[in-house]
Amino acid sequence: MTARIGVVTFPGSLDDRDTQRAIRVAGAEPVTLWHKDKDLKQVDAIVLCGGFSYGDYLRAGAIARFSPVMEPLIAQAREGLPVLGICNGFQILTEAHLLPGAMLGNDHLHFVCRDQKLRVENADTAWTCDYTAGQEINIPLKNMDGRYVADRRTLDELEAEGRVAFRYVVDGDAADGCGNPNGSLNDIAGVTNAAGNVVGLMPHPEHAVEPLIGTGRTDGLPFFTSILKKLVNA
Amino acid sequence: MSRTPLDTVEHAAATPDVELPWAELGLKKDEYERVVEILGRRPTGAELAMYSVMWSEHCSYKSSKVHLRQFGEKAPENDALLVGIGENAGVVDVGQGYAVTFKVESHNHPSYVEPYQGAATGVGGIVRDIIAMGARPVAVVDPLRFGAADHPDTKRVLPGVVAGIGGYGNCLGLPNIGGEVVFDACYQGNPLVNAGCVGVMRHEDIHLAKASGAGNKVILYGARTGGDGIGGASILASETFDDAKPSKRPAVQVGDPFQEKLLIECTLEAFKEKLVVGIQDLGAAGLSCATSELASNGSGGMRVTLDDVPLRDSTLSPEEILMSESQERMCAVVEPDKVDRFLEICEKWDVIATVIGEVTDGDRLEIFWHGEKIVDVDPRTVAHEGPTYERPYARPEWQDALQADDAAKLPRPRTSEELKDQVLKLVASPNQASKSWITSQYDRFVQGNTVLAQPEDSGMIRIDEETGLGVALATDGNGRYAKLDPYTGAQLALAEAYRNVATTGARPLAVSDCLNFGSPEDPAVMWQFAEAVRGLADACQQLGTPVTGGNVSLYNQTGEAAIHPTPVVAVLGVIDDVARRTPVAFQEEGQLVYLLGDTREEFGGSAWSQVIHDHLGGLPPKVDLERERLLAEILIAASRDGMIDSAHDLSDGGLIQAVVESALLGEKGARLIVPDGLDAFTFLFSESAGRAIVAVPRSEEVRFNDMCGARGLPATRIGVVDGDAVEVQGEFTLTLEELREAHEATIPALLA
Repeated sequence: MTARIGVVTFPGSLDDRDTQRAIRVAGAEPVTLWHKDKDLKQVDAIVLCGGFSYGDYLRAGAIARFSPVMEPLIAQAREGLPVLGICNGFQILTEAHLLPGAMLGNDHLHFVCRDQKLRVENADTAWTCDYTAGQEINIPLKNMDGRYVADRRTLDELEAEGRVAFRYVVDGDAADGCGNPNGSLNDIAGVTNAAGNVVGLMPHPEHAVEPLIGTGRTDGLPFFTSILKKLVNA
Repeated sequence: MSRTPLDTVEHAAATPDVELPWAELGLKKDEYERVVEILGRRPTGAELAMYSVMWSEHCSYKSSKVHLRQFGEKAPENDALLVGIGENAGVVDVGQGYAVTFKVESHNHPSYVEPYQGAATGVGGIVRDIIAMGARPVAVVDPLRFGAADHPDTKRVLPGVVAGIGGYGNCLGLPNIGGEVVFDACYQGNPLVNAGCVGVMRHEDIHLAKASGAGNKVILYGARTGGDGIGGASILASETFDDAKPSKRPAVQVGDPFQEKLLIECTLEAFKEKLVVGIQDLGAAGLSCATSELASNGSGGMRVTLDDVPLRDSTLSPEEILMSESQERMCAVVEPDKVDRFLEICEKWDVIATVIGEVTDGDRLEIFWHGEKIVDVDPRTVAHEGPTYERPYARPEWQDALQADDAAKLPRPRTSEELKDQVLKLVASPNQASKSWITSQYDRFVQGNTVLAQPEDSGMIRIDEETGLGVALATDGNGRYAKLDPYTGAQLALAEAYRNVATTGARPLAVSDCLNFGSPEDPAVMWQFAEAVRGLADACQQLGTPVTGGNVSLYNQTGEAAIHPTPVVAVLGVIDDVARRTPVAFQEEGQLVYLLGDTREEFGGSAWSQVIHDHLGGLPPKVDLERERLLAEILIAASRDGMIDSAHDLSDGGLIQAVVESALLGEKGARLIVPDGLDAFTFLFSESAGRAIVAVPRSEEVRFNDMCGARGLPATRIGVVDGDAVEVQGEFTLTLEELREAHEATIPALLA
């Protein structure tokens, strides 16, 4: 058997087809979900992909969070359905309060597209178990509003509970993808909920699953093999 | 234009003596008289609005079309061409049932007035041209030219243009895979913002802009129509700006990329269900253009009820509705029994769609407002029978003096130390420096098919995941070369783009162009234009790559001073398997660096002459198109058969610029030896055309040499990939760290 992983398309979603491809490359079956769907087609997991849902108008993710599909998604995520939010998907998850914190505009005020080095801080989540803790990976980053912020208490809690899933690798050469690209607090690139089923990050693992395409690395593929293994072995 | 009483066709016929503001709308007296002659009466206000925008330089190509005909007349036989010049964009067969459409357009004037929106809507317009052909857009490119890098106004224009391209293109989900950024004082008041787009479709999905079948419905869909961009086409593109003229509304349109993204998805879904008979995007001249072009390309006439156009501003007059250039709108012709389904798809995507008219039996375009007829014209006279000018042209008097001012007599570096200094100055100069501060503001990864993107020689996109079929696109132009000799300059632009496609391993197939020039009313400019078109048409014929479409931008001048003639040429290529692509970066230490082609003492218009001596004179490098073709064949064969691991075209900046780029991208140095018969200076800085460097694995050296020898292409071993410095033996050594600092610091220091 394989796993059925849903990919939600909102108006303005951009990386939906890429994410479906990444799921296929990992060996799972992608299932398309439309933002107006009121049920989740019994998928085993869901990815909210990157893009500019609703043009990022009002605030990134703020409108998409109220789409019909989000109602069952939020309910089932609270009961353990694995959900990964990439970039705009991460923004939607914070707007939906499935993950803590928020994303503000990059501190340099520009859109930034680059190869970005991350450290996997938590390899115990549903989406990271094919990595090892402390492993450094290099995947594309591309966003306008990627600066992760949260209040001090939340940050302390995230750090204490090991819920910072990914951190930008700061020390090293910018040409190698090092550096905090947007001013995120504590160099946070991604976080997980306490249960480890909901994970969000700003960089794009779905753009790093084939050796020829994009950065030429496949460092993002373990996101999708992680969830596949977890679901198939469950 | 007075709105009361309504200027109906009937009213116009009854009041022949009413004076209309034809001059303010950009028409010349004889053009207005021609309109009266065509109609047999004075035009209504609405008709005048339509004729004035459609007969503007921007829409009618009235100064350029007598020259542009050569692209058709000299078109080489090419089985790959599925749709040629005249449609929204040309279409090329790339095999396996796929067709590719691509085009480059300009948005120069608006981008100077309002850099962000001007550039953003430039992207929006070219993308709509591509979807109007039935294709899914898969990539964009942006050839840009600005004034001097250190001029204060460049810091206003460039960041706005770059943010606008990124803000719009990124939001559409289109990878930005290439383009150029060039600085030159001649573009100070006239930046060139050209935008290109590539789209992919199956052969059977090609759509054309024509309205056929009486009773078919005309559906306007997308954004509501507002007061932005009224008269933009005729006023902005026709004459230089005049501060004295009052302007009620912004002449530059405002873009909404989110709306455009919905428009793309909604249009492609309608195509997929085969609901569309004909389609046209609304760009310059808005509804005037879309209705008259659809009707004149089809078999019948068209009746439109203007009251049904959804408005953003209810006070708009019918003339303004016809002229509005509000963005993100398209017009489709749909059979009556498919209208409901079409509207359903639009609703799914939250896109407003309205039936505004229908195709009729006759041959008239009739437009109604409040039940009265305000337009009754033969649409062909609006869309295709605009004025044609045989503008006088003459080789400028200064051309001889310019060409006599030979760059060969400029002082050259006398010591190794001077040579090294000049290399550092060159790679750090704004035109040769890394543009990553700019290109990192564009998404190059989205859609997950980007095989190569800037700073590679050409962008490359995979179009079939199973077979690895891909397309490559490169755009090039060198205004300095074209100023010295427009005929040769245009050919060099083609040669460079052709070569850039081939260095990545793709086979060049077809050409699009964006011809940026000064005022056609200046005979010197018109001569530059005529020469450039002749040069490009001749070269396309010889290389077998037809021009499939393009764009002309005139009046790029401030006062009497025109920009350098700047033909920008885009070449599209195809590669059977993207796994065989050749990147710029050095891959492995120990590989042998070969220089392909002949190096001559050619410095006219060179980067060296500009950076070191601030000089422009002499003749540009010679063009040898047969050599270009041979070089391309060798590069493609070497890529296909795995004989080379990296390749880089030699162009502005010469060999040293190429070696430094390959070294920095690969993070591997090179040791070079000046070949026999060349001095170090010429070896490093000459800009002779028809050349490339390649890195050959030692195991392939014999085979590669045999191939070049058998085909008669000079191949000279000039060094080896090695270490962490670029060393020219007996001359100097520059570490990659020094080179990186020089190459990468310039642009952020000037613009960040």
